[in-house]
Amino acid sequence: MKIVVPVKRVVDYNIKPRVKADGSGVETAGVKMSMNPFDEIAVEEAIRLKEKGVATEVVVVSIGVQQAQDTLRTAMAMGADRAILVLSEESPEPLAVAKVLKAIVAKEEPGLVILGKQAIDDDMNATGQMLAGLLGWGQGTFAGKVEVADGSVRVSREIDGGTEDVSLTLPAIITADLRLNEPRYASLPNIMKARKKPLETLNAADLGVDMTPRLTIVSVAEPPQRQAGVKVGSVGELVEKLRNEAKVI
Amino acid sequence: MSETARESMEFDVVIVGGGPAGLAAAIRLRQLSPETSVCLIEKGSEIGAHIVSGAVIEPRALSELLPDWKERGAPLNTPVTTEEMLYLTETGSLRVPMLDKLMPHMANHGNYIVSLGEVCRWLATQAEELGVEIYPGFAGAEVLIENNRVVGVATGDMGITREGTHGGNYQPGMELRGRYTLFAEGCRGSLTKQVMAHYDLRKGVDPQTYGLGIKEVWEIPAEKHRPGLVQHSFGWPMDDQTYGGAWLYHFGENLVSYGFVIGLDYPNTWLSPFEEMQRVKLHPAFRKHLEGGRRVSYGARALSEGGLQAIPRLTFPGGALIGDSAGFLNVPKIKGTHTAMKSGMLAAEAVVESLAANQVEPASFTKRVKDSWLWEELRTARNIRPAFARFGMKKGALYAGLDAMIFKGRAPWTLHFKHQDNEVLKPASLCEKPNYPKPDGQLTFDRLSSVFLSATNHEEDQPVHLRVKNLALWKTVNWDVFHAPESRYCPAGVYEVVDEATDPRLQINAQNCVHCKTCDIKDPAQNIDWAVPEGGGGPNYPAGM
Amino acid sequence: MTALVLLDHEEGRIRQAALSAVTAATKLGDVHVLVAGADAVAQEAAKIAGVSKVLHAVDARYAHELAEPLAALIVSLAGGYDHIVAAAGAVGKNVLPRAAALLDVQPIPDVISIVEADTFVRPIYAGNALATVKSSDSKKVLTVRSSAFDAAAAEGGSASVEVVAPVESPEVSKFESVHLSESERPELESARVVVSGGRGLQSEEKFHILDPLADTLGAAIGASRAAVDSGFVPNDYQVGQTGKIVAPDLYLAFGISGAIQHLAGMKDSRVIVAVNKDPEAPIFQVADYGIVGDLFEIVPQLTEELK
Ligand SMILES: Cc1cc2nc3c(=O)[nH]c(=O)nc-3n(C[C@H](O)[C@H](O)[C@H](O)COP(=O)(O)OP(=O)(O)OC[C@H]3O[C@@H](n4cnc5c(N)ncnc54)[C@H](O)[C@@H]3O)c2cc1C
Ligand SMILES: Cc1cc2nc3c(=O)[nH]c(=O)nc-3n(C[C@H](O)[C@H](O)[C@H](O)COP(=O)(O)OP(=O)(O)OC[C@H]3O[C@@H](n4cnc5c(N)ncnc54)[C@H](O)[C@@H]3O)c2cc1C
Ligand code: SF4
Repeated sequence: MKIVVPVKRVVDYNIKPRVKADGSGVETAGVKMSMNPFDEIAVEEAIRLKEKGVATEVVVVSIGVQQAQDTLRTAMAMGADRAILVLSEESPEPLAVAKVLKAIVAKEEPGLVILGKQAIDDDMNATGQMLAGLLGWGQGTFAGKVEVADGSVRVSREIDGGTEDVSLTLPAIITADLRLNEPRYASLPNIMKARKKPLETLNAADLGVDMTPRLTIVSVAEPPQRQAGVKVGSVGELVEKLRNEAKVI
Repeated sequence: MSETARESMEFDVVIVGGGPAGLAAAIRLRQLSPETSVCLIEKGSEIGAHIVSGAVIEPRALSELLPDWKERGAPLNTPVTTEEMLYLTETGSLRVPMLDKLMPHMANHGNYIVSLGEVCRWLATQAEELGVEIYPGFAGAEVLIENNRVVGVATGDMGITREGTHGGNYQPGMELRGRYTLFAEGCRGSLTKQVMAHYDLRKGVDPQTYGLGIKEVWEIPAEKHRPGLVQHSFGWPMDDQTYGGAWLYHFGENLVSYGFVIGLDYPNTWLSPFEEMQRVKLHPAFRKHLEGGRRVSYGARALSEGGLQAIPRLTFPGGALIGDSAGFLNVPKIKGTHTAMKSGMLAAEAVVESLAANQVEPASFTKRVKDSWLWEELRTARNIRPAFARFGMKKGALYAGLDAMIFKGRAPWTLHFKHQDNEVLKPASLCEKPNYPKPDGQLTFDRLSSVFLSATNHEEDQPVHLRVKNLALWKTVNWDVFHAPESRYCPAGVYEVVDEATDPRLQINAQNCVHCKTCDIKDPAQNIDWAVPEGGGGPNYPAGM
Repeated sequence: MTALVLLDHEEGRIRQAALSAVTAATKLGDVHVLVAGADAVAQEAAKIAGVSKVLHAVDARYAHELAEPLAALIVSLAGGYDHIVAAAGAVGKNVLPRAAALLDVQPIPDVISIVEADTFVRPIYAGNALATVKSSDSKKVLTVRSSAFDAAAAEGGSASVEVVAPVESPEVSKFESVHLSESERPELESARVVVSGGRGLQSEEKFHILDPLADTLGAAIGASRAAVDSGFVPNDYQVGQTGKIVAPDLYLAFGISGAIQHLAGMKDSRVIVAVNKDPEAPIFQVADYGIVGDLFEIVPQLTEELK
């Protein structure tokens, strides 16, 4: 079985994003970019399935600018076998990404597509579900545990207040949550070897996908600063305020 | 630990450190000898992630390396247009007249205000185009010496837990073996330190003396921005025994580089370089530039201030020291980029020659340096910084003026540094406590919110990379005599004293460390050893730094 | 204009967050809700203030709110609606993007403010920026953050209930089981109340002074890095930049100075209470209610007062 893992290049999670002074977006020029942390988890899971003999090949895909090949190389250094870069303008929306991925799936015919649960830039948390919808496949979102048995996959999903187990017929879509695994480091010898692994470059337009965004950004602003509240004189006063003013207890 | 499990790879040349020196050397090597295999490692998560500099740079070395740098899109976009040198009193300031005559080293026409991190990122793309293999996120942790020859370096193991055991995602380090190894770690390199000790490279030269530079980048309202403006200051708030001053450069898109450099030979144990740099912003001469703006980045880095007298032997069997690792900074100019690059280029030339002749030591590097403008430049500047160390700030400045006007740097004597920076700190009881203002949250800030802007992080579960050799010594020396100077000079709040009143102990918040190297330099008993943490850790300075 | 709200429920009760989604939808026009599940839930839904019609889907395939059949159902009903809305919880985030893809619509998740019928504000970059986005799709599919909209009154409405027929959908998924965490303490990240301690707690032993308070409030316990590094509590208690990110209704900080790295993990809490002996501690700059004093006196008093 082949596994496809879409990986996104995003602003590194250590960097505090800075809203541009003109409100047109978040500063990304000269900012460190890395693989979306949830996608590292997805890549790790795919590699583990390969190491267990469940999968035969791990193919990573990114849709984005030329530099996204660094992200793909990182994934290959972790252990993915080959990569596909679909060139497109800066930040395609999940709908467009899902359509591109559908075309890739048609070509590669994987048994599983494992995505990150969300990208930490746009925080859409949508691509995996949308791809599943377009393909008519089952979806195991927010996965905390994945077990493949013949013809199906059992996914333990992180839901509000607990977990839920579902079984999906293969082929299927999985999106990785934080607790699924702890991704490995790309070691230096493997980074060196990854330079020689195959990386195919395609154009989104060649796949016949309309990438026109449906959302336009009107403005981007810093969230309002929290204001200092009041100091109260006694515990009694505090409890009274929490009960009657803030209504949180 | 697991020497046998380590993989290894052979290169002609291994370069440790991706600053201007290492990158210039790499580029020059491939230009001169395209078949030479060159591998460069950088401990930052990407090239530029650990670079802190002013920076007003002289394009001289760059023009020699890549004459068409403009066409290649080098990020040198803000030429210096105006410059001012201010002598500060607590509330006022005097402009130094005839700057070009009295302080010719401060003249900046033809120079550019840049983000050195960005310049390095650009240099790295040039190097990669020429076939240099660059691996950011990997720190040189160990020098490989066989038969008394340096044969490369090993990167650190990854995934070692805090207790020193192998964690779940343990990965052994890798040996990068090179016929020649160039150490381009910048000021106070951790491997350079070992190489210097092994080959006794500092024999017969002055002790190195250092400065600590702390920097902020601000974004200011467009109507206040004067791209190309360079302002330096000296005087307040430094006393006469303390060498230091502030800079402020307008560059890029509404950006201002502001910072403060202080000589680490300061004697007052109560002094806090961080708070000095914060309070200078309150001075009218600086406040007026920054007010209404927002701080976007923060960083700190030590720099070598010993100059010519402190330059060690440059080569050893199997390699050489280049850039600030060797101490090539021109101190009165506070410029080390062009000298770092030039030294890297000269080392590359020497290495290419030695590769062909199969020599053990690229010894011609030293002669090439002495025959170049680099040496002449450092020679002219050699007496200025020691004059400040010897005569104090005011008389030192006077000496510097005379040296420039009368001797033009060719005075027939050479002043020497006598002490290492850690030796000059005075006991707490003999020093006066400065009275620093509380941060106002507008212009001035505390350490932790500053470190936040450096985007610093380290994997938490790893051994502490700031190694206190003898903890007992901390109590008897650092605490009892000097009252924990590390809690003040560390610009990142790494060192904290807990239970001060009852049972004072040192708490090391290694995760905060911005890799400035000050503790390795200034600890009074030289009891703190800065070792490389897991590769990729440390600050993540954005564009603008 | 009419909006359809997917009303998610748990153990026969409508989720509080779904009531917030109803409130958000009332800003967009007439509100219909879709309930997939038991009769009782549909009856409850009919009473929600502001709801004019309940669409009730009764079929085994909808019993566990699986995305595949639910998305197909929503698509079959979508024709009559301009907006399709759900709470931004595990169900809404699972189902709505799938439905949106089938409708060829780009969904808009985590809406915190409705500017106009086609323009919404949503956080990006983990809440470090707020984006105002305008959709050109003919239908808008959105999930909304419950913290940004008050819950609609559970009583006061009298909507009609209409049963909708199940629709075909690919049978590719099967519900197996659900495990709701039953530990005495809720999980830090999902707790409604968090009681957090810092270096001011002094020792592992003394840190337990927070236990009775947390028990009384049904709260999770968190900590600052300094408390973790000092060995008072294990690593997974850490709240902040390098720890857990929490946004409870009530966050109580004891002996925590309020360094920016700690604030990064809790500043989106609805109400923050700080107890610190230092009146200048930065935590007071973000706290809604502060007490300057010794936590070792205040915590027991507070516990007593709340019992
Ligand atoms: C505050 C300040 C202001 C300055 N202003 C100016 C100015 O205005 N103009 C000017 O020309 N110069 C200025 N300088 C000096 C200039 O920045 C330095 O001289 C120059 O950067 C030195 O280059 P380098 O390559 O030798 O070292 P660095 O620039 O320090 O680069 C060394 C690199 O090696 C990496 N490294 C270190 N150890 C290891 C290891 N063990 N393994 C892997 N990687 C490692 C580091 O992370 C770093 O990226 C300033 C310096 C400072 C600190
Ligand atoms: C890269 C990086 C990542 C970090 N990540 C995190 C993180 O994820 N989470 C985090 O919390 N920190 C983090 N930090 C550390 C952070 O900067 C602070 O050091 C830490 O939050 C301080 O913890 P504290 O408030 O408990 O301790 P302190 O700052 O020492 O504050 C203790 C407080 O307790 C008060 N106090 C003492 N005794 C009493 C008493 N009896 N009654 C009432 N009040 C009392 C004191 O007045 C003081 O305000 C990080 C730092 C860095 C650089
Ligand atoms: S610990 Fe040392 S090297 Fe790190 S920031 Fe502090 S002084 Fe600099």
